[in-house]
Amino acid sequence: MRTRKRRAGALTAVVLSFMLVAAACGDDAAEPEFGDLGGVVVPPQGAVRIAALQAISGAVANLGADQVRAIQIAIDDFGPIEGHQVFLSIEDDLCLSAGGNTGASRIIADTQIIGVVGTSCSGAGVPASELISQAGRVMISGSNTSPSLTSTGNLEGNPVRADNWSEGYFRTAHNDEYQGDGAGQFLADFLGVASAAFIHDGDPYTEGLVNQARTAFESRGGTTAFFGAVGKDDTDMRPILTEVAAAGPEVLFFPIFQPAGDFIAKQAPEIAGFENIQLMGADGLLSQTFLSLPETEGMYFSGPAGRSSPEYDAMVAKYQELYNEPPVQAFHAHAYDAATLLMTKIAEVAEAQDDGTLHVDLRALRDALYATSGFQGLTGTITCNEFGDCAEPRISVYQNLDPSAGIGGTVGNVVWP
Amino acid sequence: MAQATTTARRRTRRLNPIDAFLWLIRIVAVVVILVGLTNSLTSGRLSAQQWRDLMVFGVSQGSVYALIALGYTLVYGVLKFINFAHGEVFMSSTMIGFFAADALARSGMWNDQPIVSLFIVLIVCMLTSTLVAITLERVAYRPLRGSPRLVPLITSIGASFFLQYTFAGLFGVGTRSWPQVEILQGSWQFLGFRIVRTQAVVILAALAMMALLYVFVERTRTGRAMRAVAEDQETAALMGIDVNRTIVVVFGVGGAMAGVAGFLWGLAFQTVFFFTGFLPGIKAFTAAVLGGIGNIAGAMVGGISLGIFEQVGPSAVLAGLGVEGFNQLKDVVAFTALVLVLIFRPSGILGERLSEERA
Repeated sequence: MRTRKRRAGALTAVVLSFMLVAAACGDDAAEPEFGDLGGVVVPPQGAVRIAALQAISGAVANLGADQVRAIQIAIDDFGPIEGHQVFLSIEDDLCLSAGGNTGASRIIADTQIIGVVGTSCSGAGVPASELISQAGRVMISGSNTSPSLTSTGNLEGNPVRADNWSEGYFRTAHNDEYQGDGAGQFLADFLGVASAAFIHDGDPYTEGLVNQARTAFESRGGTTAFFGAVGKDDTDMRPILTEVAAAGPEVLFFPIFQPAGDFIAKQAPEIAGFENIQLMGADGLLSQTFLSLPETEGMYFSGPAGRSSPEYDAMVAKYQELYNEPPVQAFHAHAYDAATLLMTKIAEVAEAQDDGTLHVDLRALRDALYATSGFQGLTGTITCNEFGDCAEPRISVYQNLDPSAGIGGTVGNVVWP
Repeated sequence: MAQATTTARRRTRRLNPIDAFLWLIRIVAVVVILVGLTNSLTSGRLSAQQWRDLMVFGVSQGSVYALIALGYTLVYGVLKFINFAHGEVFMSSTMIGFFAADALARSGMWNDQPIVSLFIVLIVCMLTSTLVAITLERVAYRPLRGSPRLVPLITSIGASFFLQYTFAGLFGVGTRSWPQVEILQGSWQFLGFRIVRTQAVVILAALAMMALLYVFVERTRTGRAMRAVAEDQETAALMGIDVNRTIVVVFGVGGAMAGVAGFLWGLAFQTVFFFTGFLPGIKAFTAAVLGGIGNIAGAMVGGISLGIFEQVGPSAVLAGLGVEGFNQLKDVVAFTALVLVLIFRPSGILGERLSEERA
């Protein structure tokens, strides 16, 4: 009986002291006034934290690794914000919806992270953009190109909000309505092809792109000989390639990812009837490891138009120096721009306090990003519209003439426009 | 005669709602498949040659499944548990085989002496997977012998993750590509079938290995010991059979078969990364169940049937039913095939010889 009383007494003391401490803290640091999305308080000597949510493992690792490297270079080039270093946390989006979900959940659990550069893949971007938007943070992707994340109807000049649009989601990569249209134009008008086959893998990026390309191709008088899909994990593509061969198109457009893309390229020569079918991929396959496959010789690829400028060359030189190889994918410049844009806007809205803390209002940051206009990046002039599309969409088609020259050789070989 | 009629009557009377429902599903399944098949075959979309090609792709893919399935079925036959880490045993051989093949390709021997090189890589693959399988048995399963069956089952799932991420840690998460084999480029004609050379090698090698295994189990002393341990461990031990040694042999043989599968995978698909073992492992397990788990011939039949179902099924049935993007659904076809076979034959295609106690 006595011990119980004593315990109860001790418990009360502990509770009381906690209340005292809590009250003291409350008095000490008056909550800064933030807008409806809240804000981030960067402590004195603390780092301004941003995150990269990129595909850094598996067969698509090139796509994510290329961008993580570019983001690091951008952070280095940008320097500190009001005396606070910028620190990058890295999460893996696995190029899958599930990976985007997990990665974004981990990021928003850390309330010090202000914004995200990612995802690599549109499929991962769908759940990630929703979660990050709900948590009040912002997200800028350098390589999500699926129309479903921002807007559709751009080609008709009447963009409307797409199904998976989330507030606070931006991208410096083009909207694939432009790329699909470009690919369709290239096939019908430049190559003069009458019939084509299309394969996607169910990812919003690939499905959106083939649908757009098909529409553009058919509106220019082309016919679709075959329209099909593979699974991302499929290894044996011979059955679908047999179907394609039976349909007898002149071109097979398969804007998918690795490793499924590798299997199609490698197995196509084994299929009778494939001798005269021209292969064409898109920017997801503009990767060092894919372009080095001997079977990809002669293949066409649609992708973002390259841009040479002294700034871009300097960035590539830095990349080469730090990582001992030239860029391994097509979106490093976009990721560099995404990171620079994010840091510029953070610096714009951040308020330095007398005690050395930095206040970042998330509503102000979001508004500042939507107000982006005429921002000069490595990929061109960046102006964000109300749906988060910020890129200047220019598409090129490249041809791989020499697999031993890798990605540098292919993107140096523009065949259209 | 009279007795027979009574039994028949009793059976009809006992047709309860569940049986009726199962019969309904069976009938619907057969009708759907027949409609799909008729539509596909009469549409003339694919030529006869192309249908034959699809069959060959199926047999080739199925042979790889069958070789892996043997490992599942051997272990199940003897220890009555599913070794879910077997897919990783398979992956380990493809991964290590890659390093051997790559080294040979770099030295130039791969193209100068292709037969010898292939043989060396095959041996490396088999040794790797045998070693991994035996180590797995010694470290993960033997200490648990005698514990409830779920314990080694869960352990095997843990072992599977352990192996995957060990390989990811050792060799990175990127994909590795086996070199091309020059002499296996192109195709052969055989009785009206056009067979890509790599696939011919895959099918022949798989059949040869399965025949060898069959002879080993049925005709040798060790094989007889394996069968005895499978029947009844205690009695086998009393008859002077070293049970532990026999179980090691079972894992070793299963591992060696997975090694051959890994080698053939390297030839046919060339690409390997730490997660390569997962899907083929699940498919092979499906094949083992499809054929009747615990039954060696069943694993072979199950593997090859599963391969044919998944390679021919989408084009033959789904396309005829007007499904969009039907090639994407081949895993659906494979697992639906499993369900259908089990509805018709609950113990698998060749599973009938299993007694209650063993199953």
